[in-house]
Amino acid sequence: TSRAQRDALVYLEHRDGKLNAGSLSAVTAASQVDGNVVGLVAGADNVDSVIEEAKKLPLKKLLLAKSDIYNHHPPSTLAPLLKSLIEKDDSLTHLFAVHSAVGKNVLPRAAALLDTSIIADILGLEDKGTQFTRGIYAGNAISTIKSSEAKKVVTVRGTAFDPAAAGSAEVAVEEVAAVDAKDHAPHVKSEMTVTARPDLGSASRVVSGGRALKSAENFNQIIEPLADKLGAAIGASRAAVDSGYADNSLQVGQTGKIVAPELYMAIGISGAIQHLAGMKDSKLIVAVNKDPEAPIFQVADVGLVADLFEAVPEITKKLDSMSEGE
Amino acid sequence: MFPTARNLLRASSRVDINVLVPIKRCIDYAVKIRVNPDGKGVDTTVKHSMNPFDEIAVEEAIQLRDTKNKGLVESITALTIGPQKATDTLRTALAMGADKAIHVQVGDQHNVEPLQVAKTIKHFIDRDKYELVLMGKQAIDGDENATGQMLAGLLDCGQATFASELKLADGKATVTREIDGGLETVEGNLPMIVTTDLRLNEPRFASLPNIMKAKKKPIETIKEADLPVDLTNRLETIKVAEPAQRSGGQKVDSVDEVVSKIKEQGLI
Repeated sequence: TSRAQRDALVYLEHRDGKLNAGSLSAVTAASQVDGNVVGLVAGADNVDSVIEEAKKLPLKKLLLAKSDIYNHHPPSTLAPLLKSLIEKDDSLTHLFAVHSAVGKNVLPRAAALLDTSIIADILGLEDKGTQFTRGIYAGNAISTIKSSEAKKVVTVRGTAFDPAAAGSAEVAVEEVAAVDAKDHAPHVKSEMTVTARPDLGSASRVVSGGRALKSAENFNQIIEPLADKLGAAIGASRAAVDSGYADNSLQVGQTGKIVAPELYMAIGISGAIQHLAGMKDSKLIVAVNKDPEAPIFQVADVGLVADLFEAVPEITKKLDSMSEGE
Repeated sequence: MFPTARNLLRASSRVDINVLVPIKRCIDYAVKIRVNPDGKGVDTTVKHSMNPFDEIAVEEAIQLRDTKNKGLVESITALTIGPQKATDTLRTALAMGADKAIHVQVGDQHNVEPLQVAKTIKHFIDRDKYELVLMGKQAIDGDENATGQMLAGLLDCGQATFASELKLADGKATVTREIDGGLETVEGNLPMIVTTDLRLNEPRFASLPNIMKAKKKPIETIKEADLPVDLTNRLETIKVAEPAQRSGGQKVDSVDEVVSKIKEQGLI
């Protein structure tokens, strides 16, 4: 008999009627397993536009669990749904999601229900999805692990895989019934940081500020015009967040967002290992810091030792005059 | 059995909350990690300390007991799975203010995986009586961010991960969580598993008198062989390597050079 095919189920995260960019990277990772990729969209709010977007992805089919019990991605109702879908289809050997706040919250719970290990935040996979690489110790070591589990539950670092592109072909949508489960900790409210800027996690340019900015006013006055000029997302070091200069949703690092943009500008950031873990895979790293010994300079492609209060407005002005000259 | 909030409320008009705080001994966050030349792991003959997120969990338990919910918290138990030396980590938790501790002793090199840790914690919840589990959102060695969620799944109870605020009242926990792009609040009945994010609180330092007092607090030691949970790792580590080094370290002398380097890359 021929060996059974290995298909992967991908939990597609969405918010406000749009797919999460990292979920598209999870589709790419899942496509490297062996067989087909099956998508799953769950929830009832704004789900129609999500389906329109998702059915153009390179999937074998798209499952839709349309129910209010899945709004806001609650782990205690979603984990039983994921378990049931994986268990009732023998060809589904892998479950993927992006390693976002949602993916991190839901997939380990599903893995526990399946009595299988979690393979978290992978950077790569080999050998038809049996071998995985992932960072440990804040990315200061890369571990290669092999899993012999029958069902593999995996979260994916979004920036480590290209996002799957939408095509023109549309896959079939199959509605699946909700699985009866109690939501033990229901959603009460959300308070989202409203911004017109690109999303930090997926932006192609990021301008980040650190403690050296000294105040929230300085942070805004120095960082914002430069970010505006570059069409960049704004990030911050943990020191800047803890000092109240920037919102904690902007934190880049091991305990915040992991980014890998084309351009990362570190302004007044010393470069603690926890911060480097969140940005060292950026293509071009530019650092401005007064301290020539700051560890950020060890990873910077372009390092300028200077007072940021003078240098950054000057950079912004030069960029300004260049765009006027075009 | 893990008691439901309803059972507790039936037993007494007041809910006495026993808090379990699982903690982990990790390589200290300030140590620069060195990968062993044999490619099998990292050099562990370095300074260790309590996982920073776990310190936040211990602190939160103490604040609930001593200030935020006076009279509501009955006891705080710290639990670790680790080598003999992890006793030091438990003593730190006791010196901060935990009442007692449980130490599951494993081999020096055995880094137990999240699923097996979750099963072990569940064993003690089934054995004793805990209404609230407070634990770090991730350990800074394995970086999995999974044990709390797995435990909540095994217990079929509520989970509130990445907590930046926790309130207890009337047998309910209301938790503000850090999510991508902002905050979210969830609320549910105890029992609940809450995992801590950095902004939940500032952990205290243990004072010398409290360190002395901690030496007299009870630690129950259990050998791995006596535990009714199989702690064997399910995943095989093939190799551990240094990350690819960046060819960074280029300095420029002027703002003009910064701008032209960015331009060279086609970014402006």
